[in-house]
Amino acid sequence: MTRELNKWAFTLDAQQCTGCKTCMVACKDKNNLALGLRWRRVAEYCGGQWMPLPDGTFMQDVFTYYVSVSCNHCMDPICTQVCPTTAMHPDENGIVTVDQGKCMGCRYCEWACPYGAPQFDADAGRMTKCNFCEDYLSEGRSPACVSACPTRALGFGPWDELEKDARSQPDIAPLPDIKITTPCSVLVPHRMSRTQDDVTGTIANPEENKDA
Amino acid sequence: MTDTTCPDKILWSVCNVNCGSRCALRVHVKDGTVVKIETDNTGEDTPGAHEIRACLRGRALRKWIYSPERLLHPLKRTGKRGEGQFARISWEEAIEQIATKLDQVIKTHGNEAVHRIYGTGNLGGVVSGREQIDRLMNLLGGQLNHYNSYSTAQITHGLQYTYGVHECANNLSDMANSKLAVFFGNNTAETRMSGGGSTYDLARVKKQSNVRLIVIDPRHSDTAVLAADEWIPIRPGTDAALVCALAHVLITEDLVDQPFLDRYCVGYDVATMPPGFLAGNSYKEYILGTGPDGIPKTPQWASSITGIPAERIIQLAREIGTAKPAYIAQGWGPQRHANGEQTARAICMLPILTGNVGIQGGNSGGREAPFGFAFPSIPTGSNPVSTSIPCFLWTQAIEDPKGFTDITHGLMGKQHLETPIKFIWSFASNTLVNQHSDIRHTHDILSDETACEMIVLIDNVMTSSATYADIVLPGVSVFEESDLAYQGYGVEMAALILRPKAIEPLGECRTLFEICSDIANRLGVGREFTEDRTRDEWVTYMYHQCRQVRDDLPKNFEQAMQTGLFKWKRQGPPIVGLKDFRENPEAAPLKTPSGKIEIFSKRLWDIAHAWQLPDGDVISALPEYHQTWGMPGTPESARYPLQLIGHHHKQRTHSSYGNNPWLQEAAVQSLWINPLDAEARGISHNDLVCVFNDCGQTQVPAKVTPRIMPGVLSLPQGAWYTPDKQGNDTNGSINILTRQRPSPLAKGNPQHTNLVEVRKVSP
Repeated sequence: MTRELNKWAFTLDAQQCTGCKTCMVACKDKNNLALGLRWRRVAEYCGGQWMPLPDGTFMQDVFTYYVSVSCNHCMDPICTQVCPTTAMHPDENGIVTVDQGKCMGCRYCEWACPYGAPQFDADAGRMTKCNFCEDYLSEGRSPACVSACPTRALGFGPWDELEKDARSQPDIAPLPDIKITTPCSVLVPHRMSRTQDDVTGTIANPEENKDA
Repeated sequence: MTDTTCPDKILWSVCNVNCGSRCALRVHVKDGTVVKIETDNTGEDTPGAHEIRACLRGRALRKWIYSPERLLHPLKRTGKRGEGQFARISWEEAIEQIATKLDQVIKTHGNEAVHRIYGTGNLGGVVSGREQIDRLMNLLGGQLNHYNSYSTAQITHGLQYTYGVHECANNLSDMANSKLAVFFGNNTAETRMSGGGSTYDLARVKKQSNVRLIVIDPRHSDTAVLAADEWIPIRPGTDAALVCALAHVLITEDLVDQPFLDRYCVGYDVATMPPGFLAGNSYKEYILGTGPDGIPKTPQWASSITGIPAERIIQLAREIGTAKPAYIAQGWGPQRHANGEQTARAICMLPILTGNVGIQGGNSGGREAPFGFAFPSIPTGSNPVSTSIPCFLWTQAIEDPKGFTDITHGLMGKQHLETPIKFIWSFASNTLVNQHSDIRHTHDILSDETACEMIVLIDNVMTSSATYADIVLPGVSVFEESDLAYQGYGVEMAALILRPKAIEPLGECRTLFEICSDIANRLGVGREFTEDRTRDEWVTYMYHQCRQVRDDLPKNFEQAMQTGLFKWKRQGPPIVGLKDFRENPEAAPLKTPSGKIEIFSKRLWDIAHAWQLPDGDVISALPEYHQTWGMPGTPESARYPLQLIGHHHKQRTHSSYGNNPWLQEAAVQSLWINPLDAEARGISHNDLVCVFNDCGQTQVPAKVTPRIMPGVLSLPQGAWYTPDKQGNDTNGSINILTRQRPSPLAKGNPQHTNLVEVRKVSP
């Protein structure tokens, strides 16, 4: 239980998210990420139909919302379970971390993670991922993505406090089933949010989220 | 990998491109190199003292200043204009060539032959800004002026005839005091993305008040995602038709504020028409169909024009008519059309009809009012040349000066131009090619080197416009010079940012002050230009000028520079536009001829009768709806059935940062197309498509999305023109498809009025 008490978690108020991707770019700048590496990504989830009417007008039920996702530093991080070298591991703060000395770049973690959090750095031949800006945390500062957010949609805090947030509905589309990894993150849904079994929408920006 | 930890210093800076927000940056410098860029992370982050958080564009600036396209040396063109062939020259040679040519053009053609074209890639720099060129030219006898902007020409003119001023809105935060908010366009979340300005304010006010917001836009914008309770899609250019139909319901269902219209307005009905105008010319008669056109502007009439079902129009009118106060606002997209002046005036009719002008929680119908202090610009002196052209018509002033007159092209100060433009200054501007309409036509005009004889361009990177310059000068980036920057579009807070020079200029880059000083020296006005101040002394001088405005700023400049960022919370309730007029119209009349709101403008009536307009262009005394060229139902639409608009994209600010790979990765350039239109053409998501009309064609991947209305395409404006050998664009640059035909009254750029067709490019 000591690990859970020290565990950090991100929060996203999806209603406040404009999909601007400042979080993603701030992360790239802070961590000097090469093109193709996106430790934080923003999915545009969009759907709805258009119905043309005989008089030249239209009816529609279009919906759109954004979900900013990084590593959720899960309670059951599947990436650590599939890692053959134990490189992928939760540290003392519950931050799921790659031991660069052990990683051999087999990419099993990348395939296993339903959030696409571990990402392969082709130049280094090793996996990389969100480290919750652990250096900033140790200085009492917010992670780069959180302090970047123009609308204050992103936040963070201790999981043992945040997990009781009654507004959280982490099981919205297009996120995966939380039973896979038990993510430690709070997601306040957008007013347009759809449930995970939604078939009316799709991720509308796959080319902005594709893996490295 | 660069070690970005433990910087040698962290300095304040700013992002000063033309979203206008001007966000604070914290520049981490190590060994003379920028290694990381943070944003404002000081203070308590409460409203009014909140952090001015930069959006992704400011955060990606490292990739801009160190980009492979960065200009490092003065260049002289060696190939044809547009070919991009240049040879490196020395600063001495560059200055000599510029000064010699400038002197020769002035002596041969006069000062009216010199023109600094519109450009906003460096906006809000005080000593670093374009005003230095104006200062230089004014000392040399002046230059041809321009008026308008590419952002707001039509609304600026339109609202001046209605209200006597164009800036007459309430603060965005006043939405919290409203029962209903209605936005026509007004896509703050993609145009003013700052986490310190409009987007911050919109998110906050919506979260706090949960005021019902309806967004009317052809595109389901990110503003609609953030804050709208309902999105009403509308065909581009038809907002005025919607307003007419809403007015029809308001009038016929007795939802208008008749006492307000009687006391504050001219021309609503026959009772308040100006003397001498016969019955049939009032707004009420126009709407009810008893005016000259005989058409009642019913919801059924508007439905087929706008694409909005008549029932929804009726319901919307009742919502607007019964919610008081209501915050009705428009952005600048609806007005950037061939009938944009009429649209801007028409939208203002909704708050006028319902008496929502000049009250808390209401709005005039204009774009949200910013809050800030009137900090000074550098003194530019006065321009001995009074002649002024609409900024959009500079190509016309090269091509056909004889036909450029006051009653055909909005020339001010003279009845007709006496000389073509022979010398162009282009500073931090991509207007020379990329942001101006009809790139192929511009190419043809600029290709004639005997027409405009010299183009001097100063920028940070080799833009598409730079390839057309004769002399290209490498300007310093925002991190390579000190300056002040004033708040942009703040609402709850004003700010002043002092930025030191963070790094040495790259290569041979020079400040605009140095460049202009050198030319001034060469042409004998060196001391008049500098006033014996160094550039640093000018920054200090301007800081002390700011202290005249805010005496709570530190007396000591160095101390102020250490602090870097100053914020002032707006006090009191949200600003109300036209409040004094509303409270006492006799004591505080508007600046219109009548002193009242001019629904019927006799000035426009007179202009409509005096000016010569091309067939189809209409200027009307009332805010009417008129179909224009470039719209459905015109002969052109048989071949080009799709309307094309160009929304502002999070990848860039206009064209600024358009080569930044981090931004290109975060937000791809793509053509927005509705699934119904895509399916009809066999287009799937991410297919490469060709968008074309008689102006030209461009290739770009398709984004098949229900977020754009059927029959409408949107291509994010500002992508850099990247021609193939035939001059066709390969990068989704919208202005290969736009026309140079100006709007009737403002002579503004109607860059969202376009008809096109699209086809899949065979693999």
